[in-house]
Amino acid sequence: MRAAVRLAAWVYAIAVYGFIFLPVVVLVLFSLQATSFPIPPFTGPSLRWYQAVLADARLTSALVNSLLVAVLSSLASVTLGFLSAWGFARFVLPGSALLRGLITLPLTVSYLIIGMGLLVLFNWAGVPKSLLAAGIGHVVINLPLCFAIIYSQMGDHQINIERAARDLGAAEWKVLLLITVPVMAPAIFAGFFLSMTFSWDEFVISFLLTRFETTLPVEIWNLLRSGLNPKTNAVGSLVFAVSIVLVVFFELTLLRRKPA
Amino acid sequence: MSVSGSNPRALPWALVTPALAWTLLFFVLPFIAMGFSSLTAHEGGGFTLANYSQFFADPSYWRAMVNSLEITAIVTVISILLAYPFAWILAEMVPERWQRLALMLAVLPFWTSYVVRSYSWLLVLAQNGVINRALTGIGLIAEPLQLANTRFATVTGFVHFFVMLLTLTIFANLKQLSPSYRKAAADLGAGPARTFLHVVLPLTLPGIMVGAFLTFVLCIGDYITPQILGGNNELVMPQLVMMQIGRRGDFPLASALSIILMAVVTIAYLACARWLKIERA
Repeated sequence: MRAAVRLAAWVYAIAVYGFIFLPVVVLVLFSLQATSFPIPPFTGPSLRWYQAVLADARLTSALVNSLLVAVLSSLASVTLGFLSAWGFARFVLPGSALLRGLITLPLTVSYLIIGMGLLVLFNWAGVPKSLLAAGIGHVVINLPLCFAIIYSQMGDHQINIERAARDLGAAEWKVLLLITVPVMAPAIFAGFFLSMTFSWDEFVISFLLTRFETTLPVEIWNLLRSGLNPKTNAVGSLVFAVSIVLVVFFELTLLRRKPA
Repeated sequence: MSVSGSNPRALPWALVTPALAWTLLFFVLPFIAMGFSSLTAHEGGGFTLANYSQFFADPSYWRAMVNSLEITAIVTVISILLAYPFAWILAEMVPERWQRLALMLAVLPFWTSYVVRSYSWLLVLAQNGVINRALTGIGLIAEPLQLANTRFATVTGFVHFFVMLLTLTIFANLKQLSPSYRKAAADLGAGPARTFLHVVLPLTLPGIMVGAFLTFVLCIGDYITPQILGGNNELVMPQLVMMQIGRRGDFPLASALSIILMAVVTIAYLACARWLKIERA
């Protein structure tokens, strides 16, 4: 009986793994298709669609735009998030709970509505659609995330280290740069990394707020209009590869250092 | 920063003001702008409630909200039912040293592009896609099934995403559980089934609620999955919002629909608020 239950559990787990990996395997497999449709039977392997992607100036420039927006908006998010987390964790401010609630509020609102709001505001204020506008939107969604991660990690034991530095005569900015930032590095890095992946992948805000120059998810969206196409598979597989590299890098550098 | 020293009250405000200002300027203010916009007519003129009354009067708009709520509810329930046993197997049956790898593998496609993930399901579910080819190939069906551009496709795409998300949250929850609870239950004579029902499940319920709320918020506000996989056969609220902007440039109506959608999410948030606190460690 127990053996039967165990067997059923393993079968179940393998089935769920199968479900989770099915679309990814199909995506990558048919990105290597030699013919023009990413449907069975498999005719590859061939790299022609990867060559087509790399030769497509729209896709490559969208890729550069995406990286640029991701890095800059994440830097802004993590800086604003860190400074505010430090302020709220170390000092007693009037209305602190309310203000913290305000900063984290965008977490509960869908990207579509944040993008809509910015579109209406920018439209009214005469701000043109641009990568900068999309980047501003990405900071709106990632700032609360960075704040929440860093704030939740600001324990009391770190206060003592900062206090010691101050007692020894360090100026406030020295405490910040030489003590708090290094001590909080894992949380800061986690916030930055998550912001990067969310910005890299974000579609609807970029779709609403950019026009000619746009990000990779929007450009991929434009490709979808041509229906099933191995070129879409190829660019999708490349994006997947970039994400995997980021995640593995994150696992190896950050999580390994944490004591178990 | 030169603010330190002279005025001890200035430093904390200098730290928190940039983030607060950003939130006010690019989150609160847009929301107010959207509120104003929703009270104007597309053609111009004074204040009007026409955009809101249009939503309540037009059954096709109502239908979109009902579709959104139905799909979200179905997705949330199926995802929890699939993810809980899976997370449990990962946490309890996989040897400790393999757990990290097993979990990382289980959520690997989570990190693929959201747009690409929906497109990948299209490849699987299309008329001449993998599933239909496989089923006709082994002779189970004669004609390909209509799988893409249906509610089934939308739900499948969503469940795929949220099973991974919920596996993460439930796994973390199960691992936090001290084994002494289960030992105590066993010592008091409870079998595995009773221990699970009366001890483990209630203790992991808060984690499930957080996951369910996340699923609800992300699912009801998502435009990509229903648009790619569901097509335009039945619309959900985000599709309706995007249609107002795309085809007609009707910002006021799009604003009103966004605000209605947000009101629904806020009600859900208030219902789950006590499980969703962010606390300092």
